[in-house]
Order: sequence, then C-alpha cells, then structure tokens
Amino acid sequence: MPDQLIYAIEVFFNGLMAGVLYALVALGFVLIYKASGIFNYAQGVMALFAAMTLVGVMEGQVPFAHLINAVLGTKVHHFGWHLPALVGIVSTVLVMVVLAWLVQRVIFKHLVGQEPIILFMATIGLAYFMEGLGDMMWGSEIKKLDVGLPQGINLWIDEATYNIFDYGFFIDNLDIVATIIAITLVGSLVIFAQYTKEGRAMRAVADDHQAALSVGVSLNFIWIMVWSVAGFVALVAGIMWGTKSGVQFSLSLIALKALPVLMLGGFTSIPGAIVGGLIIGVGEKLFEFLVGPLIGGATENWFAYVLALLLLVFRPQGLFGEKIIERV
Amino acid sequence: MLSNTDGYVTEDGRTIGGVVMEMKNITLRFGGVTAIKDITFDIREGEIRAIIGPNGAGKSSMLNVVSGFYVPQEGEVFFRGEKRPALKPFEVARQGIARTFQNIALFEGMSVLDNVMTGRLTQMKAGFISQSIWRGKAEKEEVENREICERVIDFLEIQSIRKTPVSRLPYGLKKRVELARALASEPKLLLLDEPMAGMNVEEKEDMSRFILDVNDEFGTTIALIEHDMGVVMDLSDRVVVMDYGKKIGDGTPSEVRNNQAVIDAYLGVSHD
Repeated sequence: MPDQLIYAIEVFFNGLMAGVLYALVALGFVLIYKASGIFNYAQGVMALFAAMTLVGVMEGQVPFAHLINAVLGTKVHHFGWHLPALVGIVSTVLVMVVLAWLVQRVIFKHLVGQEPIILFMATIGLAYFMEGLGDMMWGSEIKKLDVGLPQGINLWIDEATYNIFDYGFFIDNLDIVATIIAITLVGSLVIFAQYTKEGRAMRAVADDHQAALSVGVSLNFIWIMVWSVAGFVALVAGIMWGTKSGVQFSLSLIALKALPVLMLGGFTSIPGAIVGGLIIGVGEKLFEFLVGPLIGGATENWFAYVLALLLLVFRPQGLFGEKIIERV
Repeated sequence: MLSNTDGYVTEDGRTIGGVVMEMKNITLRFGGVTAIKDITFDIREGEIRAIIGPNGAGKSSMLNVVSGFYVPQEGEVFFRGEKRPALKPFEVARQGIARTFQNIALFEGMSVLDNVMTGRLTQMKAGFISQSIWRGKAEKEEVENREICERVIDFLEIQSIRKTPVSRLPYGLKKRVELARALASEPKLLLLDEPMAGMNVEEKEDMSRFILDVNDEFGTTIALIEHDMGVVMDLSDRVVVMDYGKKIGDGTPSEVRNNQAVIDAYLGVSHD
C-alpha cells in the first residue's frame, strides 16, 4: 500500500477522534436549543467554567482567593487538600446544577416568550459574565487537569498497524477514551429522552408550551433540568479538552467550532450533532493533510466554516434538521 | 337552590352528584379591562356543564381561570370541597383537571400515541433510572399506562392513526387527538374549549357523540364552551350564559332558552 494512503488513514482516524470532541460541545447546544429555542452562546464558556471548577475543587483552591485577600488582607490560596477525581466531578456537577437553576431563575424566567434574538443576546451576556466569574473564582493561569484518564500513544494499535502496514499508527489513548465516553453519553441521552417520563416531558416542552402545561408539566423544572444536563455535557467536554491541552481561556472558543458542526447536523438533532462533529473533524484533518501543503497550510482555521457554508446553500436545515415545510 | 352535596336528576333522567368545582364571585381584569365580573357558578359530579355567550363574553377567560392559566384578582375557587390557592397551570393539571384548547395545542412532532401518552405523565411515579433501564416498577407502570391510552384511542376511534405524526392529520382529527390526550389522564374534570369550532356538520355530530359517550361511559364531569346553540342545548345538563363578562343566566337548557336576558343578549333588544 502506498505510504500516502496509509498516512491518510491515520489522519482519518485522528480526525474522527477530534470530531468526537466537537460533537460533545455541539451536543450541549442542541439540548438547550431543542427544549427552549435558546441558542446558548455560553456553552463553550460553560465547558471552560466546569473544567476550571473541577481543577479548583480537586486541587483545593480557595474560590475568589484574590478578592478575599485583597479585601481582608489575608493570604489564603489553598485549602491544602487534593481530592480524588470522582469527588471533584460530583462537586462540579452540583455546581453546574446550581448554575442552571440560577440561569433560569435570574435570566430566562423573565424572558419567556421573547424573540429568539433577545434570548441569544442574553446568552452572550451570560458567556462574558461566566468568563469573568471563572477568572475571579479560580484565576486566569493555565491549569493542568488530570482526572486519571490514560494519555499517550496506544501501543496495541501501534503494534497491530505496524504488523499490517509496516507503519505504526499514532492514536492517543485519550482520544479513544473520549470516544467511548461520548458514545456512552449520547446513548444515555437518547434513552433518557425516549424512555423516561422526564425525557417525554422535555420533548413535550420542546414542542408546545401550552400543551405541556395542560398535561401537568412544569416548564421551569424542565428548563432547569435541561440546563443542568447541558452543564454536565459541558463538564465532560471540558474534561476532555482540558486534559488534552490544559484548562485555559481559549477553551471557550471551541464554542465557535461547534457552530459549523451545528449547521451541518441541524440545531435540533442529537445524532446530527455527532455526525456533524465527525464530518468536521475528519474533513479538516484530511483537507489539511491532502490540500494543505499545496496552498500553504493552516486550513484547519477556516475549513469547517467553508464546508458549513457550502452545505447551507444546498440544505439550509442541515443534514438532520427538521424539514422546513410551510403549509399554505 | 341546590345544596352543595345534593344531587339532581337531569331532563334525560341521569342522576348528577354533588359539587366538584365551585367558582365564587370571580372577577378577572386585564389592566383596565374587566373580562369577568363577579361570577358565581358550580360544576357538579357527572354533569355536562356548558358556558355560552356571544363573542367576547369572557367564556374562554372563565375556562382559563378554572384551568389555572389565569389567576383571578377577586373571588375564590373551590375544587372538591377545598379552597384552591393560586396555582400554576401544571399544578392544576396535576390535581386532575384536563383541558383542550380553542386553537389546538398538540405536540406536532410526536405521533398520536405519544401525544396521548403525555396525558399520563402526571401519573408516572417510577424513578428515571428505573425507567431508563426498563426494569421493575417502570415496566409495569408503562404497560398499565399504555393500556389506558389504548383504551382511550379505541374509544375515540383513532386506532388507524396511532402511529401517524400529528402534524399530518386534518383539523377534525387533531381535535379528537387532543380530547384523547385529555381523557388519558383520567381527569376528575374535563374542560373543552370550543370542541367543535371549525368543524363541518358530520364532524360536529361525531364530536357530540364522543362527548356524550365519554360522560356516559367514564362518568367524566365535563365543562365546555360552545358557540353552536343547537349543539349546546342537546349536549348539556346545565348552562351558564355570559355576556360582557357578567352571568346573565344559569339553568337547564329549557330554562335558559326561555330566559329574557338570554334572548336579548343573543337576538338584541329593540330600544323603542
């Protein structure tokens, strides 16, 4: 087999793994958009905030340390403990649930029935607020996140591929774990939406508010629940990205990469978010590999957006979005 | 005057029980507009109670007060003998008051069966982990709920469209699906907001038959709003007549038909 093709196959698999991470972020968008029609610009910041909180809790950082020290003249920085990952994750989930409750209570409860653009603007405000809050609580330096996920080259794949192609593939263990977790997560979300009473209520709310009320569904409860689930998804995405490249503020920018994913997959489709993420991940890696050298590289920055634009021309509702049919 | 616990016998010989729902001196305002002025009436167990009146009389507002979508500024609501505090619509629904809407509110993206199943949401008790893994309590519960829904679907003769997405159905069938969803919750009080609006004669006859059958078969207490006088007089046991937010008549269809105020409201009064 020619070398070029073997490399391309390796790039393809690496693209798939990167796509899984895009898909995870996009998934958070879809959940909230489906249930409340809100396009949550803050989803990326939520992932950042969740990851920061997780590191902070695990490392025993004192939240708002700078503020406390400045006001009280103390010098507290650390509680002096190191908690196991599981404790950190559970605490962070709790924080995200409280956050979901606050977001609903303070912002969106007062904006029910407003234009989508107003809801969208509110989430932009939320995004900047949370970025500031995260900075104030945990500081702005890049942090290392280690929850014990395996990292580094997968030797088994390396060896197996070496025996077949005479060339060992480099596949990161972390990417494999991320894929497994993403599949589990999506599976559970689908089961949750299809088979549980809360899931059924969620779909009901997504469809018609009045009707949902009339069958005894509390809109408020469902919205808080959906924001909590989105917060949980953000935490998972934050853990993956944070482990890969450190917890830093550029993490919030992955939200922008989720946009073309959503355009591809459709804003209302959970499987769409996954497939969209994979297409973007594979697409940009392969494009960089095959076409990049010819045009000077750095195509990964724009490829996803151009692909989404092209798709918009032919299928405005995305690959899996609900068909737009007006009855006249 | 009937006492709250006494029943009465209808014109067609059915026995009606005590008061289920009592509205006392209800006044509802929207800003400066008074939609309902000091209205008192009751709904009794097992009866079909109609609210009629010309356009803008405040009938739908009244129904919305009963179902909790509007909270009146003045007056008291008693449900099954207890004073009801200002509840949210979903809390009222959980108490066993189901409703349909004038402009159909269905879950368009779901199938007919799924729509009807949402009517059982408030009755589901199993935890969501049990539901996710489909074991234990959840399984038994789902089967029971499904049986109730299938019975309702059977009853309303919509078996053939069970799996059809609601958005594909014609208007008349959508109205019937909405009724099915309300019935699936086995309501103690069923509110129908213009169940026959926009229907042709045949569909109206079907719907009337279903309403009578529901009342007869399940003993469901029904309160409905309707424009078509002929239908109302045939269906209902007692009628409240509203005009400009006030109650101008209350009684059996024949009583109401001979009430001068009602005749004036419907036919107009000459001012000579």
